Amino acid sequence: MYRYDEFDAQLVRERAEQFRGQVARRLSGDLTEDEFKPLRLMNGLYLQLHSYMLRIAIPYGTLSARQVRKLAHIARVYDRGYGHFTTRQNLQLHWAQLPKVPDMLVELAEVEMHCMQTSGNCVRNITADHFAGAAADEIEDPRILSEIVRQWSTLHPEFSFLPRKFKIAVSGSAADRAAILVHDIGIQIVRNTHGEIGYRVTVGGGLGRSPFIGHEVGSFVAKTDILAFLEAVMRVYNESGRRDNIHKARIKILVHQIGPEEMRRRVEREFAEIRKSGTLELPEAEIARIAAYFAPPRFEELADESVELEAATRKNAGFADWLKTNVHAHKMPGYAIATVSLKRIGDTPGDCSSDQMDALADLMEEFGQAEIRVTHEQNLVLPHLRKRDLFALWQKLVPLGLASSNHGLVTDIICCPGLDYCDLANARSINIAQNIAQRFADLERQHNLGELKIKISGCINACGHHHVGHIGILGVDRKGVENYQILLGGSGAEDASLGEILGPGFDSEGIVDAVENVVGTYERLRQSGERFLDTYRRVGPTPFKDRLYAR
Amino acid sequence: MLVEGHPSRMAFSNLPDGEALPQAGAIIVSLSRFTKEREALLARAEPVGVRLETGESPEALGADVQRLELIVLHVPYLKDGRAFSWARLLRTRLGYQGELRVSGHVLRDQIAFYARVGVDSFELPQAVPAAEVEAARSEISHVYQPSVDGQVTIRELRARRAPRS
Repeated sequence: MYRYDEFDAQLVRERAEQFRGQVARRLSGDLTEDEFKPLRLMNGLYLQLHSYMLRIAIPYGTLSARQVRKLAHIARVYDRGYGHFTTRQNLQLHWAQLPKVPDMLVELAEVEMHCMQTSGNCVRNITADHFAGAAADEIEDPRILSEIVRQWSTLHPEFSFLPRKFKIAVSGSAADRAAILVHDIGIQIVRNTHGEIGYRVTVGGGLGRSPFIGHEVGSFVAKTDILAFLEAVMRVYNESGRRDNIHKARIKILVHQIGPEEMRRRVEREFAEIRKSGTLELPEAEIARIAAYFAPPRFEELADESVELEAATRKNAGFADWLKTNVHAHKMPGYAIATVSLKRIGDTPGDCSSDQMDALADLMEEFGQAEIRVTHEQNLVLPHLRKRDLFALWQKLVPLGLASSNHGLVTDIICCPGLDYCDLANARSINIAQNIAQRFADLERQHNLGELKIKISGCINACGHHHVGHIGILGVDRKGVENYQILLGGSGAEDASLGEILGPGFDSEGIVDAVENVVGTYERLRQSGERFLDTYRRVGPTPFKDRLYAR
Repeated sequence: MLVEGHPSRMAFSNLPDGEALPQAGAIIVSLSRFTKEREALLARAEPVGVRLETGESPEALGADVQRLELIVLHVPYLKDGRAFSWARLLRTRLGYQGELRVSGHVLRDQIAFYARVGVDSFELPQAVPAAEVEAARSEISHVYQPSVDGQVTIRELRARRAPRS
């Protein structure tokens, strides 16, 4: 993984001290809250319902064991002994104290981490495929470009006060595990007919109150040109994005209003000019320098089949279940990728305690994992496991509460913090996730239902990605009462689509029955091999509406 | 107060729209006035500056930027970041060489960013001691992105340092 050199290290240290000065000016009253707000947000500090919340950047979701231990320590010492992994692959600490935040930043800087640009109207943490470097279908590790973009966008002088936040995601494969089509900019690594690697760039996707799928603005941007191209998109947006209405300020609205054709024209014009100046051309040597950090680990030559694995699978049904859902194909024979579920039934999706983090760091070392990944689905991934080690690993995950065999299943729910923490929320979401998970706790039924992605947001800002859930749930406030709408048919993958609202909402108890009825309708209608999403796409909303709203 | 990156070439006074052109003295006018009275303004012996509101692109000035001594980018609210792009546009595509000032709601914490995109004087809402301004500009020693200030980037610094093993 990427390691800071002296320049990166100096920058995060200085940034922590700069923020210490800003906090001091706020505490002394030199800065009004209005003035401090954009400054603290640019450093990931929110003021929520009960406390400050600090959002720690995890670039492209990759952490070393040393970093995991530091996060455990910070959560234990400065917070309440747990953290919350988010859909942006970041970690949130929900009980931070303002005067202590600069010290937290200094501790983070010690392990090459920071909170820069995890909030605010700037380029946010760059996200990427959590199977990077391990997936069999990958053209190139997306983290190489992600790190290049991270550096370019860090404290960018021109783009730190954009009309609104700006999210960039990178996928290195045709299969999209990074939801690139619902990002402000999505970058897909592609190969052209000459065999050269370049980038397909889509612009204007996003969720929130007006969801859109991104439009292709660059079909094949050369590697050396990518920063010039991104800068062109950003400049068009900074100059022309709306600033009169916060709800219409994202680039997706600009693209929607002027049309993708006009967007392409404007970007091309800027791009041509920046390219001519040559200032942002990315030297091959720099790409190679960054790429070297992401060189794959030394893999052993192994037979793809593992005798130990097969024996354990036969003997232990619980392990066999875990293998079915939480273990994924690796590009190397004899290796596998494993998802560590943070969705134990009854727990808060995405939460992880300091003790669990420490234990995971130990397991990383024991099983030779230099890295662990955070997924946008709020789970963790161990990317390069020997198949013969899987059973031993699983046995150690079980007592930690980290071995739920539910990845991609109905209880692997994405969920924002909702009204339990967030002052933007209109409704609680954690309790809904917990209640739905309890209802479907029976593992045999979960496995029988197959892939089914439920995503829950406690308000229209859609941090829980409800638009792209196979079943999406949106919490709203109806005259002071929490009310939950159901959307069906969304997908955040390469077949991206936006879910449609089915009809009137339900109260916090009714929503669980409603989900049960939706799932039951699927079970009744599905044909062999069909996922929930496939059935919905084939039959449309009517049978589901009939079941839910028939009188 | 006026904080200057380099000494302001001249004291300008703001001329509100509708007020008669003074006989003498350097003045700052709005873009709409400049557009309407361009000939008369440029015919004056003394320098003229133009003040752009945040929604006004300097492209409207075209080649006339070469004949201006001062351009003021007015920022109504600190979160409105269009002036960063306008400054950059002036210093690159439009080739503007004169004094470039921001006025309005500008925080000490934004000075370094504005300086990087080519702003060289600041009209801040409240007094900031010169030492503070200097501190604001040097809090972060190195930068990742090339910009019009020509500051050596981290990538260039990496290339300069001793060859890597």
